[in-house]
Amino acid sequence: MSVVEIEAQGMHYTPLNKLIRKAVADGASEIILKHVMGQRFIGDGLTGNVRITVEGVPGGDLGMFMKGPTIIVKGNADHAPGNTMDEGLIVIHGSSGDATAHSMRGGRVYVRDDIGYRGGIHMKQYMEKKPVLVIGGNARAFLGEFMAGGLIVLLRLDQKEPEPFAEMSLASGIHGGAIYIRGPVEKWTLGIGAAAREATVEDLSVITPYVQEFAEQFGLNPAEILSSMFTRIAPVSARPFASKYIWE
Amino acid sequence: MIIGSRPLKFQVTVDHDQCMLCGRCVDNCSYNVYRMEDGRIKVNSRNCVACHRCLAQCPRDAIMIAERPCDYRNHPVWTDRVRENIYKQAESGKILSGGMGNTGDYPIIFDRIVLDACQVTNPSIDPLREPMELRTYIGKKPRKLDITYGPGNDVELNTKLVPNLKLETPIMIGHMSYGAISLNAQMAMAKAVSRIGSFMGTGEGGLHEGLYPYQNNMIVQIASGRFGVDVNYLNRGAAIEIKIGQGAKPGIGGHLPGEKVCADVSCTRMIPEGSDAISPAPHHDIYSIEDLKQLVLSLKEATEHQKPVFVKIAAVHNVAAIAAGIARSGADAVVIDGFRGGTGAAPAVFRDHVGIPIEAAIAAVDTKLRQQGIRNEVSIIASGGIRHSADVTKAICLGADAVYIGTAALVAMGCRVCGTCYRNLCAWGIATQQPDLVARLNTDEASVNVENLIHAWTLELAELMGAAGINSIESLRGNRDRLRGYMLDESMLDVLDIKPVGA
Repeated sequence: MSVVEIEAQGMHYTPLNKLIRKAVADGASEIILKHVMGQRFIGDGLTGNVRITVEGVPGGDLGMFMKGPTIIVKGNADHAPGNTMDEGLIVIHGSSGDATAHSMRGGRVYVRDDIGYRGGIHMKQYMEKKPVLVIGGNARAFLGEFMAGGLIVLLRLDQKEPEPFAEMSLASGIHGGAIYIRGPVEKWTLGIGAAAREATVEDLSVITPYVQEFAEQFGLNPAEILSSMFTRIAPVSARPFASKYIWE
Repeated sequence: MIIGSRPLKFQVTVDHDQCMLCGRCVDNCSYNVYRMEDGRIKVNSRNCVACHRCLAQCPRDAIMIAERPCDYRNHPVWTDRVRENIYKQAESGKILSGGMGNTGDYPIIFDRIVLDACQVTNPSIDPLREPMELRTYIGKKPRKLDITYGPGNDVELNTKLVPNLKLETPIMIGHMSYGAISLNAQMAMAKAVSRIGSFMGTGEGGLHEGLYPYQNNMIVQIASGRFGVDVNYLNRGAAIEIKIGQGAKPGIGGHLPGEKVCADVSCTRMIPEGSDAISPAPHHDIYSIEDLKQLVLSLKEATEHQKPVFVKIAAVHNVAAIAAGIARSGADAVVIDGFRGGTGAAPAVFRDHVGIPIEAAIAAVDTKLRQQGIRNEVSIIASGGIRHSADVTKAICLGADAVYIGTAALVAMGCRVCGTCYRNLCAWGIATQQPDLVARLNTDEASVNVENLIHAWTLELAELMGAAGINSIESLRGNRDRLRGYMLDESMLDVLDIKPVGA
């Protein structure tokens, strides 16, 4: 167990990532990044089992292509944390921007508060790789658009009895995976190819381990969260565009 | 049945006097045209796509395939195709799609440009005798070199150079994904480019393990679907290409039908077997030129700045301004795909009507980058309808650093351009994932064909350069003075920045 502290103040992201890679290569099990202020690409393409704590606000594409590490952000994150991420865990003690978990392929992204537009867009799964995005607060339009696999859980914990979800183009073009939203969902929000129904007890067992892990990260009571009514959004078909074309 | 049957597209006849009943046509036709019945070969012409696999395999030249022996009544406006498409859409209400490239009847600008040769006043060069420098480096070039002169002849270069791709010939093979084409087809091309010292693209289908031995000659693609993309994939490629658009279908995404997502394709693309592989129209993390820069930089950062990053766009109206933006995004090369670019499947209305010809796009981009003083920031790779070495030479004279070929490489492996790639029945084993059909393509033999083609074109390029008195590809690039326009109008000559013949 070796802990490495890196002072990131005023540092460009390339030398910062170099220091991170070097620390990982030298066998660090934990890295603490001090005074992060908008550096993009932290942990981009990083592999290994290291745990990185970001003190401050990282820039866009946090943990992009990352395979294995855990990143804990003590603050907000910018757009697309977990972009095309492969394995590992990102925990954000705050909110994050648009395209959070964009095209994510595996691992988990937990956001305590809100995310922007296009969250979890085009997430996909394969064999044992199943990406999971859990959001404690709210999400804007195009959540889970083109989703091809994985799991999105939207908790809306700021509302004790959540209002019907009312952001447009929810799961439009979804052809794999599932979205669980705490509380009801306005029917008009559903995009092409998406179907919604109330989640069953069996459905909830799918999200339970992730909600528990999420609650543990942020000191919440998972049983209380899971006692709410959830709506499950899933694809009507794995081939939404199969009948769109005719051949010359 | 209001519309009823239409005239046959192709009529197959068997000359029974010639036929020796070997049955090869029956075995080879994957479209079920032939059957052996009552000691004779019988045909169902309706199924024929004119892929000519049967012709190629018939030992007795006993097969004849005629195109539309009974055609529609001739009409210059309401052509057979126009009518046929209306029938299909009237019956189905669907988007009309097809394989291969643009079928529109547009004049080909390359065919209205002629090359120069030396006579008397400057001598031509014989490539048999003189060295011809065809080596091409793709990537950023420094604006200036900072050199320190030491004692004696000692020279030290202080400028930090960024990684470039070293090509022994300016001809590469463009991106055709595993899924769209077979692993054997990819393998054959990979072997060819490895031997030649050139490169090929993976397309957006991941990199199959079988291609790892050739990874140093492969450019990995990252497109809007992000299929098969992980850090291992990025690190294996010699370069990384971001695909924004494609000449055959600018502005729209891709869609690999579930039928083509077999176990192996599913593994390489990292998606479940049998599911559609849908690439959205835009990259959803790129909504602006600033976002593109973000993706370029993220790829460089993920690969520790060891890989050149290319950006591929379809040639569209404002291609020059877009390319200038790309040049400032940190990308090392811009790939421009003209409107004659091929595809496994595209909506016909896009394939035939959206985008601009590659010739005009190269000229416009090269001019714009030179005007802005940033031509050194990016290399230009041109693609989309490069048919022979003259097209390669003209593309380079117009300003390209290198070209991608696609359809030409497939034709070198037997493809007859039947345009039926989307059916997964390619009788040549190229555009199919059916194991029995794929097995027809011998990767070693096919790789020799592809290698031969690129080698022959490279020889011709050297001959053309020598005839023009040029011994280095650097002196050919953007050398528009060695081009003349033949029967091109003044506005087109202006865009191409070339003179008319006789001037």
